[in-house]
Amino acid sequence: MQWETVIGLEVHLQLATQSKIFSGSPIAFGAEPNTQASAVDLAMPGMLPVLNAEAVRMAVMFGLGIDAEIGMRSVFDRKNYFYPDLPKGYQISQFSDPIVGKGEFEIQLEDGSTRQIGITRAHLEEDAGKSLHEDFHGMTGIDLNRAGTPLLEIVSEPDIRSAAEAVAYLKALHSLVTYLGISDGNMAEGSMRCDINISLRPQGQAEYGTRAEIKNVNSFRFVERAIRHEVERQSDILEDGGKVVQETRLYDADRDETRPMRSKEVANDYRYFPEPDLLPIVIDEAYVAAIRDTLPELPTAKRHRFMDQYGLSAYDANVLADSRELADYYETVVSACGDAKIAANWVQVELLGQLNKAELAINASPVSATDLGGLIVRILDNSISGKIAKQVFEAMWQGEGSADEVIDARGLKQVSDSGALEAMVDDVIANNSAQVEQYLAADEGKRKKLVGFFVGQVMKVSKGQANPQMVNQLLAKKLG
Amino acid sequence: MAIEQDEIGKIAELARIRIAEEQIGEVTQRITEILGMVDQLQAADTAGVEPMANPLDATQRLREDEVTEINRREAFQAIAPAVENGLYLVPKVIE
Repeated sequence: MQWETVIGLEVHLQLATQSKIFSGSPIAFGAEPNTQASAVDLAMPGMLPVLNAEAVRMAVMFGLGIDAEIGMRSVFDRKNYFYPDLPKGYQISQFSDPIVGKGEFEIQLEDGSTRQIGITRAHLEEDAGKSLHEDFHGMTGIDLNRAGTPLLEIVSEPDIRSAAEAVAYLKALHSLVTYLGISDGNMAEGSMRCDINISLRPQGQAEYGTRAEIKNVNSFRFVERAIRHEVERQSDILEDGGKVVQETRLYDADRDETRPMRSKEVANDYRYFPEPDLLPIVIDEAYVAAIRDTLPELPTAKRHRFMDQYGLSAYDANVLADSRELADYYETVVSACGDAKIAANWVQVELLGQLNKAELAINASPVSATDLGGLIVRILDNSISGKIAKQVFEAMWQGEGSADEVIDARGLKQVSDSGALEAMVDDVIANNSAQVEQYLAADEGKRKKLVGFFVGQVMKVSKGQANPQMVNQLLAKKLG
Repeated sequence: MAIEQDEIGKIAELARIRIAEEQIGEVTQRITEILGMVDQLQAADTAGVEPMANPLDATQRLREDEVTEINRREAFQAIAPAVENGLYLVPKVIE
């Protein structure tokens, strides 16, 4: 039978505030254990939460970024469960009245096609601490630095249909939140963690099948692998006439498999009730409008503009609009050189290639956007060939200066002086009489191929600096 | 609304409260009485009444996003039953 995969994702996004959501503790990554855990974070008796204004602003900004209904009055609730890295015995979260309601945004797949994915809601909550299960004389170690870190939990509709779409969704979300500046989106440091709800149903059936939830997957690659694995596991069960059990599973990256969490670890009865220590959060239209005024051009809008304004393909636009920094870099190159397509090529192939190899972010590029634009200008005005340009780029990367400086210092300027070129062409013709005879005896079709040999020879003599168009013209004239 | 004895066991487990076997009958009886009061409340006509999240007629004031806490680990850990390498130690959570 043909099965359709149905996926919904819950993403826990760490907000880029300075302090925790309910206390004035710092949230720097990698601090010594428990040095960023205050009396509030430790749930000392009598401690009360005070909500961080910046966390609210960032949540509203996200809501505006996905065109969502904003919760003008939202409420915090207690989610009750017992675990040692949750000292209060409850997590402060939002249940019935979240700050962000229904919204949607566009994702783009590898082939350039796009889809709208619905967002059910997004709500503010605090993170728990961290349990370390290495052996401390048969005990568990608890680090509460992370306890109270502000999170935005973003819940998607079950609109996702494949592992590839799930990855595209996460990438689009990553792009959006970094554009908005509300999170660093760093998956390796846990700033973006993902729970995957996944079920199968016979193709064409309207109702959903029984789902399994895979917890805490923390890289794009693992999301793809966990989903592929889970789809296979569920379709094997269904093909054998069995039933999928609704349960929570863990993805084990080392073994590349999902396995059930033991039932003891799953306590799905959270007994939510309104948090008495916090009052309802009420915001007004003016507050929302002020945040709306600060929204930058968002990735989807930028992508479409790149396609319209610069004539880029959907794929190129997607790559270049992925981050604000890269998009800004690209647009600076375009305005410096005036050719959007060549600029797109150079940024994607040469620049991103080198940056990836050196594991550098765009902001750390040794070649500035203006300088890269300057290099392209020299290709466009025929001062250098594309091939020489790559050498020049290498030199610029090594810090040898701007394109013009490198071209001058290395004497790479393309030879377009017709007298000098004519002399070279004459030499090549004189020194290769056998090839000339072959050429003269050949028919029109073959000649086109054979002329390449002479062009190559001239390029060799000129160390690649001869203007190829002029060489071609001269050869055509001389060989007759 | 009445409550069954085995539900008492489940609720006690969720709340991490130990109820001795011989007390279950009495606890069940008392909770059933409380639920009777809840039934009475449920009977009230609340059409047109907006759900209340807090009895105070006020809204949440927000705190500026500033780090105001300093590291007081030593003081906090001085009163903890067991610590090591800066971590609080608790009975093993998973086998």
